[in-house]
Amino acid sequence: MSDDVLAVAEHRRGELRPVSFESITAGRQLADALGGDLHLAVISGTVEEYAEDLDRDGVDYIHTVDYGEEFNQDVYLQALEALVDDLDPAALMAPNTVNGLAYAPAFADRHGLPLVTDVVDFEVDGDTFVATREMYASKVETTTELPAERFVLTIRDAEWPEAEDRGGAEIARADVTIDEDAIGPRTSGFEEVAAGDVDITEAETLVAVGRGIEEGENVELIEALADAIDATVAASRPVVDNDWLPKNRQVGQSGKTVSPEVYIAIGISGAVQHVAGMKGAGTIVAINKDPDAPIFDVADYGIVDDLFEVVPELTEEFGG
Amino acid sequence: MKVLVTVKEVAALEEDFEIEGTSVPEQYLEYDLNEWDDYAVEEAVQLQEDGIAEEVVTATIGPERSEETIRMALAKGADRAIRVWDDAIEDAGLLDVGVKTRVLERIVEEEDPDLILTGVQASDDGFSATGVSLAAAMDYQWASVVNTLDLDADDGVAKVHRELEGGIEELTEIDLPAVLTIQTGINEPRYASLRGIRQAQQKEIAHQTLDDLGLEATAVESELTLTDMYEPETESDVTVFEGDPDETAGALAEVLRDKGVGAE
Repeated sequence: MSDDVLAVAEHRRGELRPVSFESITAGRQLADALGGDLHLAVISGTVEEYAEDLDRDGVDYIHTVDYGEEFNQDVYLQALEALVDDLDPAALMAPNTVNGLAYAPAFADRHGLPLVTDVVDFEVDGDTFVATREMYASKVETTTELPAERFVLTIRDAEWPEAEDRGGAEIARADVTIDEDAIGPRTSGFEEVAAGDVDITEAETLVAVGRGIEEGENVELIEALADAIDATVAASRPVVDNDWLPKNRQVGQSGKTVSPEVYIAIGISGAVQHVAGMKGAGTIVAINKDPDAPIFDVADYGIVDDLFEVVPELTEEFGG
Repeated sequence: MKVLVTVKEVAALEEDFEIEGTSVPEQYLEYDLNEWDDYAVEEAVQLQEDGIAEEVVTATIGPERSEETIRMALAKGADRAIRVWDDAIEDAGLLDVGVKTRVLERIVEEEDPDLILTGVQASDDGFSATGVSLAAAMDYQWASVVNTLDLDADDGVAKVHRELEGGIEELTEIDLPAVLTIQTGINEPRYASLRGIRQAQQKEIAHQTLDDLGLEATAVESELTLTDMYEPETESDVTVFEGDPDETAGALAEVLRDKGVGAE
């Protein structure tokens, strides 16, 4: 086994995703802790262009696999199997994204490797890899230990800064042959959630409503407040899952990323997937009855109380 | 067609809780059916109602307490359930993805389903990996984070939308047998009817041990060890308004007006 780290870049529809550059920072940190090199795999799409862009400070080697355009889990698995065979890295690092989690667990299972996902921080203590993870909807943090040899990890996005400085990595085409007969999924394209009547990314003030609203009919309360303060109504995932508001109103990882001047989160606990979509707001206000709700960690102003008491009062303040 | 749904009973923390060692004592935990699995159960039951699935079987790794949760899945329409637990699992500590895969793999081999539905993730430990890992172990195809499913049973093809980040969906087809990890919002999970709840009492929950599954106690040994659990240090510098709703709303309104909110 080498002491190296093999990290995997992620791209979609012709663009590298930011987590690719975060993976360089995290991968460098791990390679330093293990005393090895950082290898980066870039698979499918315009790999030569991607490799140029990914050549940032901290990367030692970039391996390109020029096959197909978009993500396919079986292509990624075949490519990574060949690369891991060749490099025998101590750690395979994938992003903890929808696509990262579509191949990392399969790779771990096929090779009998331990897997630790959604890592938000780590250290190496001798022969032990110590991962920091969250549990119970971010209410506790845990450390999980495993031998720091031949393991698979996925790192949460937006936890490490993006690597920015230009690097001097050795870029080479990987010696990989993809077996077309062993590719299962057939992807025909992409669909975007319809923009609909309103673009929440354009709003200066957003009033966002979450699970705490309890019933679809109660959304009226939020709409009344939004009317009174001339704001746009947005939502967290459970509200959209329940069809209380349409999908184009959803803020978060699987919805829109917004950065209004003022964001008022009502009955939203502040799960990491939601916060990912709104932490860039100028001023964040949270109204939630649970004082331990993670939304208060990112809020500038807060009211710890029953939203059904507070929201009508607030609406009235603005003449609604 | 036979559909197997993996069902997990998850714990959520009470508002006030304590940590003892690397766990939270039972009195601070509330147990429920994992939210993602609720959608997976609903999807399976709908396949049954559409005449596509002949049988819906649930599989759970959990102690006797979890039978209450399993009964909820049965009350919503699943036909029967399998629950795996024994002393070796009880004492194993962290059940990581590899352990869960090894146990579920034996059930799948036994049941030989055409389709396996799992939740995308469990709300307690959140590994988000067991479904894909299980598919790899079984050499099945898989599609993860599915939020639309159109099953062509005659051709043995699942046409799915995979929900990617940023409001983008990937349109993909895979061949059965397959594992689909189900995302919330794919359907509207029903509430169990009184009739369903009554019927569930008569349905079978087969309890199995590792031995029954042909596994040694070593099958639940993990290379991962949970070594610490703590409340995260908050980096919050939030200003919290105190008082009755009219006072807090008034104070907040003042701040909002300062920010130009509500000014025409």
